[in-house]
Amino acid sequence: MTPKARLTAFILTGGAVGMLGLSFAAEPLYSTFCRITGFGGTTQVATAPSRKVLDQTVRIRFDANVDEGLPITFKPVEPYIDVKVGETVMSFYEVTNTSEGQIKAMASYNVAPDKAGKYFNKVECFCFKEKIFQPGKTEKLPVIFYVSADMADDPLARDVKGITLSYTYYFAGEVQASARLEDASAVN
Amino acid sequence: MSADTKSAPEAGHGHGHDHGHDQAHDDHGHHDPKWYSPARWLFSTNHKDIGTLYLLFALGAGTVGMIFSGIMRVELAEPGLQLFNGTAFGGFFGNPENYNVITTMHGLIMIFFMVMPALIGGFGNWFVPLMIGAPDMAMPRMNNISFWLLPVSFTLLILSMFVPGPPGANGFGGGWVLYPPLSSHDANPGLAMDLVIFSLHVAGISSILGAINFIVTILNMRAPGMTLHKMPLFAWSVLVTAFLLVLALPVLAGALTMLLTDRNFGSKFFEPAGGGDPIMFQHLFWFFGHPEVYIMILPGFGIISHVISTFSKKPVFGYLGMAYAMVSIGVIGFIVWAHHMYTVGMNVNLKAYFVAATMVIAVPTGIKIFSWIATMWGGSIEFKVPMLWAIGFIFLFTVGGVTGVVLANAGVDHALHDTYYVVAHFHYVLSLGAVFTLFCGWYYWFEKMWGVKYNGFLGGLHFWFMFVGSNMVFFPQHFLGLNGMPRRYVDYTPAFREWHHWSTIGYYVVLVGMAFFFVGLIEAMVRRRKAEANPWGEGATTLEWTLSSPPPFHQYNDLPRVR
Repeated sequence: MTPKARLTAFILTGGAVGMLGLSFAAEPLYSTFCRITGFGGTTQVATAPSRKVLDQTVRIRFDANVDEGLPITFKPVEPYIDVKVGETVMSFYEVTNTSEGQIKAMASYNVAPDKAGKYFNKVECFCFKEKIFQPGKTEKLPVIFYVSADMADDPLARDVKGITLSYTYYFAGEVQASARLEDASAVN
Repeated sequence: MSADTKSAPEAGHGHGHDHGHDQAHDDHGHHDPKWYSPARWLFSTNHKDIGTLYLLFALGAGTVGMIFSGIMRVELAEPGLQLFNGTAFGGFFGNPENYNVITTMHGLIMIFFMVMPALIGGFGNWFVPLMIGAPDMAMPRMNNISFWLLPVSFTLLILSMFVPGPPGANGFGGGWVLYPPLSSHDANPGLAMDLVIFSLHVAGISSILGAINFIVTILNMRAPGMTLHKMPLFAWSVLVTAFLLVLALPVLAGALTMLLTDRNFGSKFFEPAGGGDPIMFQHLFWFFGHPEVYIMILPGFGIISHVISTFSKKPVFGYLGMAYAMVSIGVIGFIVWAHHMYTVGMNVNLKAYFVAATMVIAVPTGIKIFSWIATMWGGSIEFKVPMLWAIGFIFLFTVGGVTGVVLANAGVDHALHDTYYVVAHFHYVLSLGAVFTLFCGWYYWFEKMWGVKYNGFLGGLHFWFMFVGSNMVFFPQHFLGLNGMPRRYVDYTPAFREWHHWSTIGYYVVLVGMAFFFVGLIEAMVRRRKAEANPWGEGATTLEWTLSSPPPFHQYNDLPRVR
């Protein structure tokens, strides 16, 4: 093989390995892209409450789901609230552990319609935090948010009259297993 | 092309190509290995032998895939369950879940183990070095491993059908697209999916190695005087295809690796429970999957160009336009992937982009179709068997292209997504497009490869039965799809019976066509009529026709010079 052919082969191998690397880089790129654009209903995380409030209301509906086989009840305190665009509000969800043991669970969230995601700002949220629920106890989980006033200026999102905020609780493993272990050792 | 066509025969003429064979022996003092020696095939580093291995492998895998499609058509001949009812043939086909395993395996086998090995590995290995005037591939030993990884990969895939998949069933039935959550641990906890992943990893490595080999060969080993702009179009098509393979397959490998770690090592790339997103798999998959469909058709484009030009006795119309149309199809192919996933809930602006970008592909494709027609225009056309396949291809591929433009519209696609309309569309471009180019190449190069003549009458019967049959299989599926028949369903409402029935009868017609193919193969093997070096006459101008049929074991000891 000539040195030039060898160089071609090396460049191509580099290209293939590079594409493999890029496919893994897709993961952080994808989440960054979703966070910035609100793509697919990804909500925004805000650190400060909203400043600008409009005289226009949207109905925020609260939805709660539990993964199959997870022994908790999970529901919003209010089914919906009407808020002013730009107004920072707080609402609650209730979680009850209906089992005998501790449960470690984690919630994911989304909003619908997708195009509202970019304007839905969460100041405080219980999503993507592993939480341990004590047996038989009910907990109130707050969510603080506002719908950004910019939504009224977006020709694509101006027609949004209602936004559904949806949470799903998933089993997050382990603690329950170790709790069961502790139970077993207690019997012994 | 014109410069090439004029100079190529002279190139061979001046160098006593037939004697190259004997010189090889004199120079190296060894003899051609016997065809029955296992070492010749296991350890082969000869591009023609490896090409033959690829073709035989594709023939075997294609037969398996063809049997699987027959199982589907028999099942769908009538409403209700014919085969997958637990009692037919002593319960051999088991429950309806297995129907989906059969559809999945049919797709994967036909794509990875039939079309790709035949067009790229088979014809690519055989004819790229011959056409560009190279003695062999740049990396002959890597060529060997590229091929021998494939049987391993195929074995893993077939094995997956016989090990536990979803609870209470064997195999993976989630479709060739392997979308989670159907392919994730929750839905398919068994070993079957892991075997499918390993199989595709191995097939992917095989293809990437093969592709690197092709690019290095084409860029560095062309005969003196053969510039890229004088290179035959088949070599161009393989070059573009090889670039698509190198850039697209690693992305599939990445997505599959993420799926594997999600399934076995607790990562959460595609699991919403951990903040992952199954839609990301679809994006990664189709970033590979869309170039993949061009990988399957581009080498066919190259073959068709040569056949149309040969049997019209004219150089191909718009040679440079043809070459760069393939390049632009390859480039645009990377930026249209999300048109496979309009229904995942994407922003309307994004859809508008993918609609527009997708439709742009119709431009270079149209350039190719019209240039083929312009090549035939005013030519002295001979309707030999390869030409029948080539003209059949142009017609059928155009039908598939038109339904493709229909499906490119996001609004229409919302209604037709995952219906039989889509099935009909991609079978027109693949089963009637890529497969027709494959048989076109097979009959065009038959004498060159095997050194014997085929029976033109049997070849003609093969073509006509395939042409009528495959149209009968797939044309009614447009109607089924428009009426709402979904893909990947084992049963359907009696309202769909009529067209499904026609479709199944069409399958039997195709089966008769394939019988003529095998009869023709056996006839040629038994009769052994000695082939000519160039059976096609003045129209066949590329370098492979300057060699004997079959070509010497080692060719071009003196490199041909292209002016």
